[in-house]
Amino acid sequence: MRRVVGSNYATAHAVMRARVEVIAAYPITPQTQMVEHIAKFINDGIMDCEYIKVEGEHSSISAVIASQAAGVRSFTSTASQGLALMHELLFSAGGLRLPIVMGVVNRSVGSTGGIWVEYNDSMPQRDCGWLQMYVETNQEVHDMILQAYKIAEDKRVLLPIMICSDGFILSHTVEPVELAEQEEVDEFLPKYEARHSYLDPKDPIGSGIVTPREYRQEFAYQIHRAMLEAKDVIEEVNRDFADAFGRDHSGLVETEFMDDADAAFLTLGTVTSTARGVVRELREKGKKVGLVKVRAFRPYPVEKIAEVCGDVKAVGVYDRSVSFGVGGPHYLEARNALFDSDVPVIDFIGGLGGRDVTEADVRSIYEVLLEAAKTGKAKRNVEWVSTRGVALG
Amino acid sequence: MRLKLKDLPEENIFSSGHTACAGCGAAMAVRNIAKVLGKEVIIYVPASCLSVFNGLFPNCAWTVPYHHTVFENTGAAISGLSRAMKRKGLDDVTVVGIAGDGGTADIGLQALSGAAERNEDVIYICYDNEAYMNTGVQRSGSTPHGASTTTTPVGKLTKGNQDFKKDVPLIMMAHGVPYVATASASFPLDLINKVKKAKETKGFRYLQVYAPCVPGWRYEQSKTVEVGKLAVECGMWFLLECENGRLKINREPKMKNLETYLKMQGRFRHMDEKQIAELQESIERKWEFYKGYADLTQRLYSGSEASV
Repeated sequence: MRRVVGSNYATAHAVMRARVEVIAAYPITPQTQMVEHIAKFINDGIMDCEYIKVEGEHSSISAVIASQAAGVRSFTSTASQGLALMHELLFSAGGLRLPIVMGVVNRSVGSTGGIWVEYNDSMPQRDCGWLQMYVETNQEVHDMILQAYKIAEDKRVLLPIMICSDGFILSHTVEPVELAEQEEVDEFLPKYEARHSYLDPKDPIGSGIVTPREYRQEFAYQIHRAMLEAKDVIEEVNRDFADAFGRDHSGLVETEFMDDADAAFLTLGTVTSTARGVVRELREKGKKVGLVKVRAFRPYPVEKIAEVCGDVKAVGVYDRSVSFGVGGPHYLEARNALFDSDVPVIDFIGGLGGRDVTEADVRSIYEVLLEAAKTGKAKRNVEWVSTRGVALG
Repeated sequence: MRLKLKDLPEENIFSSGHTACAGCGAAMAVRNIAKVLGKEVIIYVPASCLSVFNGLFPNCAWTVPYHHTVFENTGAAISGLSRAMKRKGLDDVTVVGIAGDGGTADIGLQALSGAAERNEDVIYICYDNEAYMNTGVQRSGSTPHGASTTTTPVGKLTKGNQDFKKDVPLIMMAHGVPYVATASASFPLDLINKVKKAKETKGFRYLQVYAPCVPGWRYEQSKTVEVGKLAVECGMWFLLECENGRLKINREPKMKNLETYLKMQGRFRHMDEKQIAELQESIERKWEFYKGYADLTQRLYSGSEASV
């Protein structure tokens, strides 16, 4: 069924179709409509689910950790301060290997920030043992919620996953979305049955017992290994989804014009759409530019980035977040992926606090990259795009 | 039918081999509570003495499903467990959270209030040893007036806790939940029958159990039961029960021997006459309040079955 909806509706619909059985969620701009849509589905009798209207995000994540630990498919969603408030429990969800899916609508955190998109809510959560995927369109949000359960519940993974979408740009902007029917989802994602240990009075286990130093390191290593294995699973589930629904979102990364590109730009989220237009325009002018849309931030597709950027002469990395005193978090990941390459890798920090990233911004980014490709040198490793008082290059 | 101690099963659901201190009031209470709860149960324990002494991985003293994540989320975690049981159609499974007083009166109060206000179908038990014992006897909101703790030490300017104990059971009564009760590790018969009643009630149930702590209160480890009994005798702790809004006082305190109670414990030994008089006054006010509140609610909610 094709409908014109925002990403909050697309997410709520996918959650309903995934036959999620326990939801605990709390409203926060720009995610609020998601909890409203779910409440409406339940009240209209089209969704059958326990919905815990908690008193805050610390409790929403606590409740779904408990329900998932009891072997029931669970969902929560949040944004910004709410995700920061959950931070403590994110480690528990990862550590207990619980395949919870969370819809994160990205928004800046802290002072001085507002209610608009920035990744300084989700990116600082990268070490909690959660997978993180970033999406570009409302269709992709919908499709990734369905894929997320299949990825997270895979026995090679068994880790929680957040699907990150840009606040307002996706949440409050409607576009046509093909909403999945129940029968097709049931076939792709069968009703959940926990295949690992869970809290069952018939077969008791202890979940989350305080762990002494003799064991903690091995538990941590297992999470790391599962995260590495998740790369294959993300690709596989993407192929399964494409077979079932005819929509291929390209797994870990999606590339455009990368076969013979001199300058590559690595993006995340909606800025990809802006960059796509600019790349096509520059290609028509004969400029050898390419685009790499990075979809997975955890696990970071290290090998894939090294492979697709293998023959380029300069790499730009888009960062909608800052790790103060160093550069952007995405830049650090990309540099690590390209550690044995000697081409210049330049960080472009922009779009903070929801600032518009324009085609002109992206053109200037490609200009800097083409110059670096020509000289083999970056003037600066970290560039602040369209920032008052700062000149690019 | 009221339970007698001999009605409790031989088997320990909270098994021996746990690592609580000798004479631990919390361990005594939890053992009896677990025997009444039986096996069709899921236990959540937040950060607390209990989360440590119930065993470090790979050991676990619980022979029933046990869950632990963090400190301040007991109300939320048991909500999630209860809803999961509902989805699975496991109506006979009782979901129980057992938290300390710090995890209840202080850092966990928000999640507790949320779960109570939603009338989640759970039992929340606070074992009250009147300070953060697991981290080394720091003051909590549940610490009584005058008590010396590591953060309310006896110094030149002030001697012991200057504040008064937060009345969490009263806060829970104000939530209008079906069942709120106080109990004590030193009154096992009263305790097990309250647990039984809680188990047989639907909706949100709150129990606060007085749990003397040997290292924190500094008394002889053989005196746990005696200390707890004296607390009820002198009015430092009341045995109450509030069903569907109606408060009942289970045991009339003698309202005497406060000084004997205080002098038994290192945490109060510094208290001078003025401080003791202040404390005496506060517990007498509390006692008057409860008597009046009991009379009022018995009248106001007579015949009330639903939550208030």
